[in-house]
Amino acid sequence: MTKRSWRRRVLLPVVGILSLAVLVAGCGPDNSQNSLQPAGEEARKIDDLFMFVVVIAAFIGVFVVAGTVYAAIRFRARPGRDDRPKQTHGNTVLEVGWTLLPAVILAVVAVPTISLIFDLNEPKKPDAVEIIAVGKQWWWQFEYPAQDGEPRVITANELHVPVGREVFMKLRACDPSLPGECNVIHSFWVPELNGKRDVMPGRQNTLSFTAEKEGVYFGQCAEYCGLSHANMRFRVIVQSEDEYADWLASQREGPAVTLAEAGEAGNLFAAKYACTNCHTTEDSSLSVYGPNLTHLASRSVFASGYYKLTKANLVDWILNAPSMIPMESKECRLGLGVPGVTCVGMPSYVNDTPPGQPTMTRSEAVDIADYLLSLK
Amino acid sequence: MAIIEQTDLTPAPPSPPEPGHDHGGHGGPGPSAALTNPKLAMWLFLASDCLFFGAFISAYLLYRGREQDGPTPRELFDIPFTSATSFILLMSSLGMVLALAAIQRGDHRRFRLWIMATALFGATFVAGQIFEFTEFSRKGLSLDTNLFGSSFFVLTGFHGAHVCMGILWLLSLWGMSTQGRLGPEKAESVEIAGLYWHFVDVVWIVIFTVIYLMPQPGT
Amino acid sequence: MTTVEKAPPVSQREVGLLRRPRATTGFASWLTTVDHKKIGILYVCTALVFFVLGGVEALLIRLQLFGPNGTVLTAGQYNQMFTMHGTTMVFLVGMPIAIGLGNYFVPLQIGARDVAFPRINMFGYWVVLLGGIFMYSSFFLGGAPDGGWFGYTPLTSAPLDSGFLPGRGPDFWTMGLILLGVGSTTSAINFIVTCINMRCPGMSLLRMPVFTWMMLVIAFLTLFAIPPVTVALTMVFFDRNFGTLFFDPAAGGDPLLYQHLFWIFGHPEVYILILPGMGIVSETLPVFSRKPLFGYAIVVFSGIAIGFLGWGVWAHHMFVTGLGPVAISAFGLATMLIAIPTGVKIFNWLGTVWGGSVRLTTSMLFSLGFIAMFTIGGLSGVMHSVVPADTQQTDTYFVVAHFHYVLFGGLILALFAGFYYWYPKVFGRMLDERMGKLNFWTMFIGFNLTFAPMHFLGLWGQPRRTYRYDEGLGWETLNQLVTVGSFIIAFSVLVFIVNAVVSKSRGQVAGDDPWDGRTLEWSISSPPPEYNFAEVPEVHSRDDFWHRKYTEDDEGRLVPLPSGGAEAHAAAGHDGHGIHLPSPSYFPLVTALGLPILGYAAVFQNVWIALLGAVVLLYGIYAWAIEPAD
Repeated sequence: MTKRSWRRRVLLPVVGILSLAVLVAGCGPDNSQNSLQPAGEEARKIDDLFMFVVVIAAFIGVFVVAGTVYAAIRFRARPGRDDRPKQTHGNTVLEVGWTLLPAVILAVVAVPTISLIFDLNEPKKPDAVEIIAVGKQWWWQFEYPAQDGEPRVITANELHVPVGREVFMKLRACDPSLPGECNVIHSFWVPELNGKRDVMPGRQNTLSFTAEKEGVYFGQCAEYCGLSHANMRFRVIVQSEDEYADWLASQREGPAVTLAEAGEAGNLFAAKYACTNCHTTEDSSLSVYGPNLTHLASRSVFASGYYKLTKANLVDWILNAPSMIPMESKECRLGLGVPGVTCVGMPSYVNDTPPGQPTMTRSEAVDIADYLLSLK
Repeated sequence: MAIIEQTDLTPAPPSPPEPGHDHGGHGGPGPSAALTNPKLAMWLFLASDCLFFGAFISAYLLYRGREQDGPTPRELFDIPFTSATSFILLMSSLGMVLALAAIQRGDHRRFRLWIMATALFGATFVAGQIFEFTEFSRKGLSLDTNLFGSSFFVLTGFHGAHVCMGILWLLSLWGMSTQGRLGPEKAESVEIAGLYWHFVDVVWIVIFTVIYLMPQPGT
Repeated sequence: MTTVEKAPPVSQREVGLLRRPRATTGFASWLTTVDHKKIGILYVCTALVFFVLGGVEALLIRLQLFGPNGTVLTAGQYNQMFTMHGTTMVFLVGMPIAIGLGNYFVPLQIGARDVAFPRINMFGYWVVLLGGIFMYSSFFLGGAPDGGWFGYTPLTSAPLDSGFLPGRGPDFWTMGLILLGVGSTTSAINFIVTCINMRCPGMSLLRMPVFTWMMLVIAFLTLFAIPPVTVALTMVFFDRNFGTLFFDPAAGGDPLLYQHLFWIFGHPEVYILILPGMGIVSETLPVFSRKPLFGYAIVVFSGIAIGFLGWGVWAHHMFVTGLGPVAISAFGLATMLIAIPTGVKIFNWLGTVWGGSVRLTTSMLFSLGFIAMFTIGGLSGVMHSVVPADTQQTDTYFVVAHFHYVLFGGLILALFAGFYYWYPKVFGRMLDERMGKLNFWTMFIGFNLTFAPMHFLGLWGQPRRTYRYDEGLGWETLNQLVTVGSFIIAFSVLVFIVNAVVSKSRGQVAGDDPWDGRTLEWSISSPPPEYNFAEVPEVHSRDDFWHRKYTEDDEGRLVPLPSGGAEAHAAAGHDGHGIHLPSPSYFPLVTALGLPILGYAAVFQNVWIALLGAVVLLYGIYAWAIEPAD
């Protein structure tokens, strides 16, 4: 086989199949976190624009790369070939041409870009659902504001929204309910619904999205926010209007089991291990230091949205949370607000027990977990 | 001369050209230096330093009027006092000019007089600044009181540090002159110190205007 | 090699400590040298050591991400790794290698005997070395920096007891970068003065080789980019340690101010990194195509235009911070504009190769690889200027892919092109071409295997700076490919190191002009004599050395001149006697030593260390100032 035909018979099909494979695989896995599989109006518009640019870029890229390879092969020095090439110093027409050509192409890209920027920044629609997302280290608090005399709802890690209606997110790093309590920068990102928007302390950023399909979509903090940034996940549960309304109503109710009714578990939770220093299980309208647990059992994930809410996971978490999500929480059991105490996250109740405080047994953790899992 | 090194690279023989001039005497389209190496270097450094102060001044402007508690500028500033010390600093520039003129004439006696006067004026300014800082801190303003405290002290503090550096530089020139190490060929090192000194003065004019003279927000 | 003769008159009282060191060989000479060539070698070797360190950090990162929920590193260690990887590659590899090559070749290319300020030059090197050691010492002194190479506030600026980033890492980071900034600023001033004042007769600005031009542009960029970041870092340090409130949102401070200051530095910094690479291939492509650079003037002006426009695009790093549609539209458009001069350069490089007589040496392969890979990086860059698309891509692996195509596919490939091109000049021996080809192909394949899949990972939702990912997200296969690719790159770097070490003693002897070069550095012996040029050259055209060897016939074809390069050989008879060179000096090292000591004093807030540092620094400056001129 000559060199040339080898190229034609083997190389070309291989390259062809490979590029086809890349194109097909390009849209990627069905992982609920894939910006190439949009499920929201905004993400779809972004994806369309992106694909338009990708086609142009691919064209230019192939042209330049192929041109480079071609020039290197076509003009390579060979024995017998004249190595005294013509000395061209430049060509004004060509140079002006390839200055203008990119400018024209960029203008073609710029027009839809600018129009989509303004499209995505349109003011809130009147029927939009307004939700406040507060970025914490390392979990998300979602607040559904008080409405029609009904109290607000505070929940964590799972964002319920209705399908087909605009959701207007107010993104906060300084918890509006806890003055002076500011966190670091986080970034709110649900790839299949919209691009990301930073949660900037001291600023009032917003982001809206309109889900087109019911389902569960993954979100993840996209701005490095310290030790457990990788674990700061959440999910968006897109429901029909009715389901959404039912969910919201159920969240507004009081706890399924009050602390008093919980008996020994309630005592462990509130008194012996002082979980109530950071959490509440009694009132879904309270914003406290840790996630509001009033309706914990209605959620499917917990712990930064990283773990499934199962009894086994929950027991492990209660005993030794830092072994599941890295946290700076060694000192947390010494108490909040004590000078010199650095505390981010949930402490271990089996390691580093401060003097005079009890170490938790597994059966105690099981009791607490049973109680929490009863909080539908 | 401290920071800037006299270029100690002399080009090929035969003729010993002036420092930094590598091309004297050659014809053709060769470049000719408008500024000697050390002077050009100082100008470049000052251009860079402009951005250093520029960034601090921008931060100060951004945070004007954002103090949440603690004393505000209006409660603290003693404009006549600061104007007086600013005037002294500006006058020091005059001293610098006279010192340079003296050394260029080879008049070391006058040079030492004026360079010392310049340094003293500078020191007076720094003393005024120290007095102002202690006064403010007595009235409850420190770095961690509010944004005004943070941005005010850091900006004026870094300027003060620049002035102190300048004073050290001037004093070392004075010392070199007394030891007879400051020959006429080193007059340029005085000129370079002068560039720095004038720059520090000019920056103070900007800072003084921005901090003290611009109407305070909310007035 | 002839050393400087003519013992200078040493006056009585300057005997002893102030006498300038004399050694020009041996270990001591490397500590006190002021020879721009030796300093250049020091820079490049130091940067290569840091390149290996940064590479090891990258390999650890890749091992951790080989599969879901990796356990090679803890979260804290991982965060230190990516912070130090980025910081190292930008500040301790990219900048010092460029400065090192510039140090060696800018004076040679403009026909000068040294840089304008030899001792300040050495001072800059020591600051970079000691600053790097200072930053790396944090690993042994309570934990390395873990706030990211960008160090966003309030994460980095919150006081220690807030618990956001416990440990001294961020303090080492801020102090270390301020130190390195001092070094870069002095180098920048030196380059500018050298390029403006030290050119040989006839070397007008528009005759300067493109590499020298690009070094001049980045010197200006460095000069103006360092102050804003110094201010930002100072504020962070004060916030952490002295209770200032610059970035404390609860007190009204604005973390966005930090981002503006950082990226006003950070974006020109990207061009500081890439422009030397563009300069290098603008040297190698004409030499290995035996044609002049196509459109020299427009290539130079494009470089300058990139330098200017680079100041107007910083906020494209902040498209998702909520700047508002008008601002982000403006910055998006400005970013697109940069693609124009960049595209012009790419087409001009292609025009240079086109119709040439292309010798596919290792250096040429790296140069051609640069064009292709940098183009891909540039195109994904344009995708970021499409702001809505950027809101999906920023802070994901897509961005990681993009800037590695620019900085690895661009800068690193170009640097390797430069290594293979200039090694014979520096050491007098050729690098082995067979190992070179292996070096190129493994690096090229490994690079694409590592970074091409990252585009997809990012689009499929994998965020950056995450020490683990959940299983079942469909990211496993590509992450494994990436890890394999990174080890192929590591192998490739190993091949280069072996090649460089072996060739230094066993390589084929190069001769003065092994590539049939165009610029002045090829007109002198390899390695060059200490005084560079026995007689200061006088140039009459662009690529003057080439025109001493060749002329063109009526059709524009090359015609060798019978006396090719004769002038150079005639000059070689000169033994360098009587050429006065600056003497070595201890004091750049002493002065530079004061800075990290002050850095430790600041980090540990210790007055005694601070006093020690101040004494060392002031003594260094004082002794430097009164050091006899020769």
